[in-house]
Parts: sequence; C-alpha cells; structure tokens
Amino acid sequence: MSILRDILVIDDELTVTQAVVKVCSAEGMTVTATGNASEALRFLEDGKFRLVLCDIMMSELDGFQFLEELDRRGIQTPVVMMTGYSTVENAVRSLTSTGAVDYISKPFTADELLTVIRRSLRCAALLDEAESAGLPRHKSMSYVPCPANHYRLGYVSWVMLEDEGTARIGVCDLFLKAMDGIRELELSLPGEDLVQGIPCATATSQDGSVHGIICPMDGTILEVNTDAQSNPSLVEKDPYFKGWLYRILPPNPENNLQWLSS
Amino acid sequence: MLDNKIAFKLTFGVVLTALLAIVIFAWFNIQSQSKSLLSEVERHARQLSEAVKSDTEYDMLRNDRERIHESIRRIGQQASIDRIRVFNKSGEIIYSSEESEIGAMVDQKAESCYRCHSVGEPLEHLETTERTRIFQPHPDSPRLLGIIDPIYNSPSCWSSACHAHPESQTVLGVLDVTMPLTDVDQNIRRSQVAAGILAISVILILSLIVGLMVRWWIDRPVQELLTATRHVAGGNLAYRIEVKTDDELGMLARSFNSMTENLAQARLQLFQSDKLASLGRLAAGVAHEINNPLTAVLTYSSYLLKRSQGKAEVQNDLNVIVSETIRCREIVKSLLDFARQTVPKKRQADINEIIGRATAVIENQLSLGRVKLVMELDADLPKVTVDANQIQQVFINLMVNALDAIGEDSGVIKVTSKAISVHPAGFLQIKRALCPKRHDLVDRMVKIDGKPAIGMRFRKKETTGLIYLSPMYGSHEHRLNDMPPIEEGIELLCPECSRSLLSEEEVCPRCGSAVYAFEVPLKGMVQGCLADGCGWHRWEQVDSSWNDEFVEVRVEDDGCGIPEAQIPKLFEPFATTKGQKGTGLGLAVTWGIVDNHNGTILVESRVGVGTTFIIRIPVKS
Repeated sequence: MSILRDILVIDDELTVTQAVVKVCSAEGMTVTATGNASEALRFLEDGKFRLVLCDIMMSELDGFQFLEELDRRGIQTPVVMMTGYSTVENAVRSLTSTGAVDYISKPFTADELLTVIRRSLRCAALLDEAESAGLPRHKSMSYVPCPANHYRLGYVSWVMLEDEGTARIGVCDLFLKAMDGIRELELSLPGEDLVQGIPCATATSQDGSVHGIICPMDGTILEVNTDAQSNPSLVEKDPYFKGWLYRILPPNPENNLQWLSS
Repeated sequence: MLDNKIAFKLTFGVVLTALLAIVIFAWFNIQSQSKSLLSEVERHARQLSEAVKSDTEYDMLRNDRERIHESIRRIGQQASIDRIRVFNKSGEIIYSSEESEIGAMVDQKAESCYRCHSVGEPLEHLETTERTRIFQPHPDSPRLLGIIDPIYNSPSCWSSACHAHPESQTVLGVLDVTMPLTDVDQNIRRSQVAAGILAISVILILSLIVGLMVRWWIDRPVQELLTATRHVAGGNLAYRIEVKTDDELGMLARSFNSMTENLAQARLQLFQSDKLASLGRLAAGVAHEINNPLTAVLTYSSYLLKRSQGKAEVQNDLNVIVSETIRCREIVKSLLDFARQTVPKKRQADINEIIGRATAVIENQLSLGRVKLVMELDADLPKVTVDANQIQQVFINLMVNALDAIGEDSGVIKVTSKAISVHPAGFLQIKRALCPKRHDLVDRMVKIDGKPAIGMRFRKKETTGLIYLSPMYGSHEHRLNDMPPIEEGIELLCPECSRSLLSEEEVCPRCGSAVYAFEVPLKGMVQGCLADGCGWHRWEQVDSSWNDEFVEVRVEDDGCGIPEAQIPKLFEPFATTKGQKGTGLGLAVTWGIVDNHNGTILVESRVGVGTTFIIRIPVKS
C-alpha cells in the first residue's frame, strides 16, 4: 500500500492535532493525525508522507527518541519539531538532529504553522533535488561559496569566529532558498543580547510570510550590518560575506560550538 | 549571674590585687611601728633602772634599808611603772614597790630569773638585748615589759662597814623593773584599725572606679555586640552597631558590621538565585501546561480570521482573540526568558594560567623570532573570579596590538603580573550618579578616558552649558565647555530636571567655594569642589574604606607608541589606529570585558618609545 499524503501530525494533545488538521486541510493538504509515536511509526512504514509534525514532549516516546527510531528504520521523511516548552536546548536540538529540519514553538498562528510547513517542504524538495543530482543530502549543503571557518545551526544560520574574540553571524543560503526569496529584513540594535536557539532577526519573504532567523550563538551585538538591512537582496546574493547580519561578542563560544556543524 | 559578668571578674581581680598590696604594706608598717614603740619603752625602762640603781647605791653602801624601801616605793608609784623589785642571790625579794611580796622567794623558773638560770650554772653577764622580756602574767592583764639589771659586786661593797657581801661574789642581786605596755598595744591596735579602714575605703573606691570604667569601655560595647549578634542570629541582617570608638572593640564592631553587610549581600544573592531557580521551574511548568490549549485557541482563531474575509464585524472580534492570545504567548515567553537569565559564567581562576593560554594562542605569530616575549609572573598571585575565556581574549587582544605596534622591526613584549593593593580613590569608577530627583547624571554618549562621564548643566545669568566630570573618583579631570569660574554665583543643575546639584549648607573646606553633591546608589553621597586647582573631594564610604586588592597585569611593548591626542578615544569602537588592518573593535571589546569584571584599564604611551597597557582586576568581585 503506498498512499502519498502530505502531513503526519503527532501530538498527545488532541486539540492541537485537530487544529493542525483543520488549518492544513483548509489549504488543501492531506493530513493524518495520531496521538502517539508508535502509531506514527506504523503509518510511516505503511504509507508515504511528505512531512511529519512531531511534538517533543510526549509521554510514551518523546520527539527525539522518535527521530532516532526513524533514523534506525531508515525513514527519510523530514520532520518539523513542535514544543510548548521552547527551551534553547529543544530549539537547537530540533535544528541539528538528524531527520529534523525545522522547529516551531507552540502556540502558533495558522500562518506561522503554514510558513514553517511550506519552508520545510521546500527545503526537503531542495535536498531531494540535490540528492538526485548526486550531491550529499545534507542540511549544511550550500549553493554559493562560503568561508572555511564557519559553523552552522542546522540549515538556518551560520557563525564565524574572528581573531579579536568577536563573531559574525548570518543566514544560510539553503534557508533563504527555502523561504523563497527575501523581501524585508528586520534586525535588532547594537547592545542587545542574543541567545542561541532564539530568533535574532525576522525576514519577510516575497509571498509575505514572516520567518524568524534562529541565532546560532549567544552574545551581545556590537555592530549591525546596515547595508543588509537597507538592501536585503545583498543577503541573498552574498549570504556568507557581504550579507552578514551582526557582529557579536560571544561570552562563551566553546559552549555554543558543540551544537554547531562546520 | 553576677560572677559570670566580665565587669565583675575584672573588678574582683583588680580589687584583690589592691587588697593584697594594702595588707602587705600595713603588716610591715605595723611591725616597724611596734618595734620602734617597744624600743622606746625599753630605753625608758633601762634609764629608769639605771636611775634606781644610782639612787639607791649610797643607801646600799650604808645599808640603810628604810631609805632604800622608801626610794623604791616612791619611784614605783609612778603610773608608767608596774613594779620595781630587788632580788638577792638566793631569790628572795628584798625590796619591792609592792610591800606585800617583800621576803617572798622567787622560783628560779620565774620569768624574771629565767634568763640567767635557764642553764645549770647561772650566767654572770647578760647582753643588753637579753635583759628585756615581754610577758603577760594573766590572759586578762595587759602585756608587760620587764628589764633586769644585775647588781655586781664592787670593792666598796665588800669593804663597807656592814660587811654584808664577801669579795668572792660576782653578782649580789638583781634589780627588776617591769612596765606595762598598755600605751604601745593601744597604738598598735589603732594602726591596725586605720589600716583596716584604709583597705575597705580603697576597695570601695577602686571597685567603683574600675567597675565604671569597665562598664563604660568594655561592658557596654560588649553588650552592644551581644545584642547585635542576637539580632543577626535572629535573622535581622540589617542591624548595625553604632561605632563610637577606635579601640579594639570599636574595630571589632566595625568588622562585625562589614561582616553582616557581606552576609546580607550573600544571602540576597542566594535568595535571588533560589528565587530564579524556582521561578524557572514554575515557568517551565506553566509554559508546558498553557501552551497546548493556547495553540488550539490561536490556531483556530487565526484560521477563522483567514476564512472570514469580508465579514468586518466578525473579523474585528477574531482579531481581538488572536492578538490577546499572542499577548498570552509573549507573557509565557517572557517568563521563560526571565528564568533563563543565569549568573555569569565567572569562576575562580589563576590569571597566570590565563596569560599562559593567551600566549599559546599568539605564539605562532611570534615564531618569526623578531619579537621576544618576556614574562615576569608573580607565582603567589591570588585567584580572581573571572570569565576565563573573556579575560584570555583581553590578553590576546593586547598582545596582538603590541605585535602590530612593533610592526616589521624586532622588539620585545613584556607581560608582568603582580598583586597590588590600592586605595579606591582615583581608581573607583562612578557608574551611576543621581540628582536629588534620582535622575542618572552619567552620560553614556560623552566619555572621558573611555569611560562614560558625569554630566551637569551650569547656568550663570544668561549663559548655560554642559560640564562633564571624569567618573573616576578623585581624578579631578573635567571637560569645561567655556564655563565661567565656579565661585561667581554659578548654578549647577541636573540636565534633566534642573534641580540644583550644589550643596546648600556646605562650602569647600579648602578654598571656600561652592561644592557639588550627588548620590551613588547604595554608596552614599559624593561631594567635590570644581574651583581651579582645588581638587577637594569627599565620599565618606570610600575615603574611610581600606585598600582594595587587585591583580595587575601589564602588557608592555617597545613599538611605535600612540600619539597623545588619540589616547582618550582609544577604547571607543572603530577608533582604529591601524588603518585597514584592524576592525577598530579590539580595544572596545577589551574595555568592555575589563569593565564587566569591575576592573580598570590604563594606557601609558610615548611615540617612538612604546606603550604599556595596565589592567587591574579586583580580587574581590
């Protein structure tokens, strides 16, 4: 049996799955809902889904164990993690674990949910494309040249440590492609503290959807790239050099680096 | 109860010592007094016995017994004489002032005979001192002093008409005079009573004075300390002892006060982190429990909002639901954000070790051999509480700067570490300065030596402007923007609320001009004089405090040096002197890190000679 459905949503809270089903069905997506991870595994063995939405805190098998189980069974369906307990650790693990592509914190609006679903689906499609072109299917893949000494938080953002103890951060090109073009960029001000795993900037895509850019490293903003702010297409054209977002002073880069991939 | 009191113990000890001294003194005094009185009586008795002997000698030779009787009776009637007796050799009383005992025999063991007859053969000569005896015939009678005077044979005796005595006899008889010691004993008793009265009055006065002194200087402060410890033990950490003296107890009180202050701070911190931890757990629980139902509310309402295009009334209502639910989400998120605010990652660390790690990082840049790195590290450096990664970055930045200053030439970088102790005045940065209405005068946009300055507005008649003081307490640097002299009726105002910053009651004790005053939160008032060349300042809490301990690290190079004009702007962002080479952030970052550790950073530089950066990190953070 090989039915292709769009979304499988897993959450032990019935109101959440019902809401997701409602919103997604209204957008024409086919959605299957389940309250526990073992049933979800059965569904995934039997049929095919384009995307899985999975809660992290579940009683029987938690979200990260579910990811490990998927990896063990060789199921490559991309997963978006959801949680009502949006800690830094949950966010960062969701972006870096094998199998998970993105992360959404509860509660979310219908638009926020759809934005993340569409972005993740596009990301998965891009990864499929790369795979079929013979490239490695990996979240840290890049279409444009990027510096050697930078670290990535999933497919979202990158950080580059500088000699003076400062660090530069920016957005990854796969994320920019998945959000389908950047129209506006909203940045924080110098002096503000950024936290790894928490959005540090918001980007509006061409279709008007709003995307939070998750910060790859803790630190205080020393300098903001005003060029990028006034001309967001710079970020898209040269995301790793001229299109950087902030220069920060990280208090403890070693601690943050353990989550990042080079 | 009483014998537990320190005042009683001290008084008792002092009084006991005094009493002992008085007793010893009185004993010796009475001894010598009675000795001299007795010798006086003895001399008198001897004179008397000599007088009796010579008075009766003629009558003896004439053997006129009646006259001898008469003489002895007459003399014996005197009040100072008990009796006068003459014994013959066989012990018979021949003459006596007591007529009744004439003719009576006296035993050789009697007190008057005993001196000579105690050893078998009677003595013929007696030393003057041995002739005297003191005795008491009955326990009730007064003491008596007796003196015996042997009557020796002489040629006139055996050759006289009566031929009463043969020539062979040496001693013919004994004259015995006894005198009562009533007066002497009375005198001694009087002295004893006087000594007793003296002792008692000394004890009373001494115990009163010592008691009062102990009470005033020891008991009271100790009682205050005791009350304070009870308060602190009971949890009242705000209790302070009023320090009145500078003696050891005053110092004890002062250090007690600072101990409770530190304790209060530590408790507050502990309480704060405990509170944060429980708030964190609460926030996590709330977030988890509330976010699921909120998800349903938010998704459905935002979904309905999308679907209700064209129905303005419904849309308005749904908008309220969506925006209010988003508000709830923000509240929960801010709870989680707040719970995440943890204490800085500061730990006890050895500065020398951090310097070692920093040099390891830049070592490959030194490997060309042009630049020599000299280390003079103090092995006994106290540990400091710092973020080791940040401090390491400070040293790396300074050493990289030194390398850049040396450039293509050869040179030496010297890194020195040592422990120093300096008075806070001149090194303490005022980070907040409040006007009477509690506006912060510290202006982050204007910096003196890289540190945000204290801004005040001056006004004199029509002219007005801003003046900036250095935030380093006691440094007396200020930027005057064409400010008229301070003494001529000038006003100093808070730039925000225009409240006067001049002290109303006080003038500068040094030059008499007006003084400014502002408050540093929790640390009291700072006052100072702005008159040219005066430089008077006062900040009681700092002026009276002890020296602060710092670890000082100097990074010296013999490179190109920094022009004097550039030094004030050195720590500001993008003030690079390296042209294209640097980002202009290195020293700003360095300054930020040192400032975060409540440290100070100083620069000494001469063009062509070299630059020294001096970093001081407080040992007590």
